Amino acid sequence: MRKVILITGRTIDQGKNLENKMSDEYLDAVARCEMNESLLSEIGATEGDTVRVKTEFGDVVVRAAKDDGLPDGLVFIPMGPWANAVVDTDTGGVGTPGFKGVEATVERTDAPVLPLKELIASYKEA
Amino acid sequence: MATETVTDVICPLCGSLCDDIEVIVEAGRITNVKKACPLGKSKIMGHGRIRAPMVREGGELREVSYDVAIERSAEILSDAKRPLLYGWSSLICEAQRKGVELAEEIGALIDNTASVCHGPTVIGVQGKGSPGCTLGEVKNRADLVVFWGCNPAEAHPRHRARYSHAAKGFFRPGGKKDRKVYVVDVRETKTAKVADEFIRVEPGYDYMVFSALRTILAGHEDVVPDTVGGVEKSKLIEMVDAMKSCEFGIIFGGMGLTHSRGRYKNLENVISLVDELNAHTKFTLMPMRGHYNVTGSGHTFAWLTGYPFAVDFSRGYAWYNPGETAANDVLLRGEVDAMMAIAADPGAHFPGESLRHMAKIPLIQIDPYPNPTTELADVVIPSAISGVEVAGTAYRMDGVPIRTRKIVDTDYLSDEEILERILTRVRELRR
Repeated sequence: MRKVILITGRTIDQGKNLENKMSDEYLDAVARCEMNESLLSEIGATEGDTVRVKTEFGDVVVRAAKDDGLPDGLVFIPMGPWANAVVDTDTGGVGTPGFKGVEATVERTDAPVLPLKELIASYKEA
Repeated sequence: MATETVTDVICPLCGSLCDDIEVIVEAGRITNVKKACPLGKSKIMGHGRIRAPMVREGGELREVSYDVAIERSAEILSDAKRPLLYGWSSLICEAQRKGVELAEEIGALIDNTASVCHGPTVIGVQGKGSPGCTLGEVKNRADLVVFWGCNPAEAHPRHRARYSHAAKGFFRPGGKKDRKVYVVDVRETKTAKVADEFIRVEPGYDYMVFSALRTILAGHEDVVPDTVGGVEKSKLIEMVDAMKSCEFGIIFGGMGLTHSRGRYKNLENVISLVDELNAHTKFTLMPMRGHYNVTGSGHTFAWLTGYPFAVDFSRGYAWYNPGETAANDVLLRGEVDAMMAIAADPGAHFPGESLRHMAKIPLIQIDPYPNPTTELADVVIPSAISGVEVAGTAYRMDGVPIRTRKIVDTDYLSDEEILERILTRVRELRR
């Protein structure tokens, strides 16, 4: 388990599927956690493996992906339902949750990525 | 079959509102889109739509008529004590106006997507002022462009080509050759890879970097430490020199400023920096707005209520206090007892904790497309796509209003018609 800082944001593939969210393409585009190569190998994962990202606000399983534009200790999940399972719910006195700069841990896991419908359904349970 | 090319189409995807799109229409159906970026093309070409209005019964959504769905929505809204009307950013100003009317009628809280996006920018502007300009001025005049905490290569793909980087302008005939581009970000984004200079800031340190730049600009570089927020002092001095000596500078601000530590304070500090740079040269600031008409929802709300987002009518008059009255504030406090999501997808873009409350209360969705919000909705009303099937006004990220075009006919009701019919029924029920 490695301590990291999580940021979320837009990507081209996320944007292409903005109006196509119930598709497999959307899941592939946003249910992913990007990190640099050294962090990937440090947690013993390769691209496509599932990883568990955990913050004090929740935890989520997504696929690992490589982006060497990220410095050590920083991971990126495209904006969307999977990222939002773990973002900071403090609205900072302005109404805006903390979608960036969230303290998190990341570790390799064998658990599967929760499909979109199941992820959303999980909020229905009391 | 007759093939028609509709030119000068306004793209209803992001705040760049590209106005040069060509759409090929064959027998009343869109078959191709030219000049648009992958995001815009994907939206205009269309995907699976919500087929018909639906109402949830026994846990399952069941198709009903527009009349039934509108009646159910009117009942939910007129019965609610603390309703929230959220979204309003992927539709035209004419529908936004109708939404404010509905909010006032039922004493609702009405909020747009700025509250999860550039709300902190709006608050910063309210505190310090808006040193803005149009994108036309950027194209024709800017020789120094700073993308700070934004990544147009992925979020606004044609922005650089049309307005801010490669665009050939009246005083910048060489396009890219006549401009210097900085990217300031916590990671090396796709935009950073094509910039002249990339400055990496540690997450959450933007405020300090702005303060360091202001200190250097004020002539007190001696008190600036060797590194600030991970940036070397020499880099900061170079940046101030470049900012002071340009003819027309602009900082485009993104979510890197509004979503991270400091929120609106980051904006106040960068606005002060821009203000102070104007003692040396012309310098401006512009937020990179996301949804194509989120800027318009801010304008429409403001000219109707006095406030640009997070407007609460529960007192019988407009009240604004983001932090208390934004959508996520009231959802996370478990305060609202009914919600309408229109032309935005809180199911995908709100924190899970907010969704937990959305799942407990009656939720009405008005949208052309099924999405995570649909999974939680109790009433689903499909609408025509504004900017493709309905014409109307949208505001570009620089505040320039542009009339979007209708390209093809549809059997779906427009957002405005749906809202008008709900409002009429609500008034009858509340009589």
